[in-house]
Amino acid sequence: MLIGLLPVEGVAGADMDALESFVARHYECEVRRLPDLAMPADGYDTHRSQYDATALLKAALAVHPVETDRLLVVTDKDIFIPMLTFIFGQAQVDGPAALLSLARLRQEFYGMPARRELMLERARKEIVHELGHTFGLVHCADKQCAMALSINVTNIDIKRDALCGACARHLADRLEALAG
Amino acid sequence: MNNTWRILVVDDEVAMRESLAAWLREDGYVVDGAASGREAVEMARGAPYDIYFLDLKMPPGIGGIETMIEIRKLQPEATVVIITAYATVDTAINALKEGAQEYMVKPCNPEEISLFVKRTIEVKNLQRENQYLRQKLTRHYSFQDIVSKNAAMHAIFDLIKEVASQRSTVLIQGASGTGKELVARALHEAGGRASRPFVGVSCAALAETLLESELFGHEKGAFTGAVARKRGKFEVAGGGSIFLDEIGDISPKLQMDLLRVLQERRFFRLGGTEEIPMEARIIAATNRNLQEAVEKGDFREDLFYRLNVINIRLPSLCERREDIPLLVNHFIERLALEAGKPVRDVTKAALKLLMDHDWPGNVRELENTVERAIVTARGETLDVADFDFLMQSPRGGSKWNAPDGMSLAEIEKHAVESVLDRTGGNIKLASEILGVDRSTLYAMVRRHNIPR
Ligand SMILES: [Zn+2]
Ligand SMILES: [Zn+2]
Repeated sequence: MLIGLLPVEGVAGADMDALESFVARHYECEVRRLPDLAMPADGYDTHRSQYDATALLKAALAVHPVETDRLLVVTDKDIFIPMLTFIFGQAQVDGPAALLSLARLRQEFYGMPARRELMLERARKEIVHELGHTFGLVHCADKQCAMALSINVTNIDIKRDALCGACARHLADRLEALAG
Repeated sequence: MNNTWRILVVDDEVAMRESLAAWLREDGYVVDGAASGREAVEMARGAPYDIYFLDLKMPPGIGGIETMIEIRKLQPEATVVIITAYATVDTAINALKEGAQEYMVKPCNPEEISLFVKRTIEVKNLQRENQYLRQKLTRHYSFQDIVSKNAAMHAIFDLIKEVASQRSTVLIQGASGTGKELVARALHEAGGRASRPFVGVSCAALAETLLESELFGHEKGAFTGAVARKRGKFEVAGGGSIFLDEIGDISPKLQMDLLRVLQERRFFRLGGTEEIPMEARIIAATNRNLQEAVEKGDFREDLFYRLNVINIRLPSLCERREDIPLLVNHFIERLALEAGKPVRDVTKAALKLLMDHDWPGNVRELENTVERAIVTARGETLDVADFDFLMQSPRGGSKWNAPDGMSLAEIEKHAVESVLDRTGGNIKLASEILGVDRSTLYAMVRRHNIPR
């Protein structure tokens, strides 16, 4: 299995390095870091002062190499979909791509002192979550499972950066089917 | 799991529709999108959804409120959420008055929408669970495919269990529509013959010679048209069961033949010399009073006693009114699925109506009635209005004149022909429309030489 990692311009290289080694370790698979994606022209919404998740995913899918099994797009910008005030990330259930925003994972977003380690810890959980969706997992009722739905950072902080037993079994089945 | 709950997102703006759908899919729901109110109504008609998110403003065509009203007509119980922009909150409040469960101003907080969907599904889950419990109750009261809590019926269940594995002939008597074939099948399924064939023959359906060859089979050349050897039903049934329905209608000659088979437990194919052992269990049924037929000399007494070794008399539906709610639920469970309709329940008022009704056609008539109501029903719950047709007199108000110079027999022939034509030759349906037994209808078809 090959997971592509696609930073949108503006994500710190050191943060990407940390997330890349986590993905490789977590999935025990090959990870390819792709060159930064330029923010698409329709990516920024001036009314909302936020970035459009749909436009970002579309631009990412246009450049992603065919040989990657899954694509994880990472941005530092605050993202939204039209119906919602914001989203932490978005994935295609059973689809090839997932998008994660680091913006709201940072303490400074909430007016608090920066804590890089905490941000990376939250990012790891949400990566397991969003990539889990691309492998067909849906939200889990176990609040500590990475697949639990998070609508605020408190929810994220309760979670672990791993799946509960049921979700893990489901994922193993899916990965096996993918390999076979 | 959420993957049995269906949500439809309706918005003319593709990004809005697709992104909300994708977000809801992460929760495990089956989510589709529709680009217009009309498309949404069409999709709802095809397969209903549990929750609809409708954008209030959808040019061109019908807007969110009109779409909601249309969907409500199809599915009164559907949950509808109207999505609106700030500028149109007043109209959204109006949407609540029109029956929307909720309105949401976009963009809304993920928490708000996620909680709403979660609570809605919890309520729907509870309703589903209640329905499941009702089904369990039905199963608790059922034996094979027969549903009843009536004491006489339970005595029949006990008798069936007791004699299912025996070989003795069974005679099932009961008015038309009381479930004689179901009892025959239960006798077959509950005993040691379940893995072997169950073969049913409607004795009234065939002319005498045809019935003979149908039962016993024939050798090649046994009669004109016998181009190849054919195995009869007795042979096909092997060590299973043979169900002879409408046994009271067979000719004296066949009564004699059947008596011989029962006595000797062997038979010959028509035109054949090879003796074939009769291993099947005979289950006979009739809606006629066979004792009376015996007294009048229409039915052989010796055959009657041979058939009547074990007697099962099925009560009419009026004798087991307490079963009507159980039966209605049982039929809804089965028939709604077959009809692809979301009907799940019936109101108390509608049940009362059904319990007060006379059912000359017994359980079968009740089943047909529930089926008709399901097919035309608009909602998930059958109500009194869905059974309106029971109240209507079957005849129109205008005076009917017999065509000049037509005998009663000719009128009968025309009536049978036209109804068969309408039902595409379906005897079961035609007999129900004409209000006669299938056997009677078969007899009419034969009498008037009506081609089928
Ligand atoms: Zn889980
Ligand atoms: Zn998720």
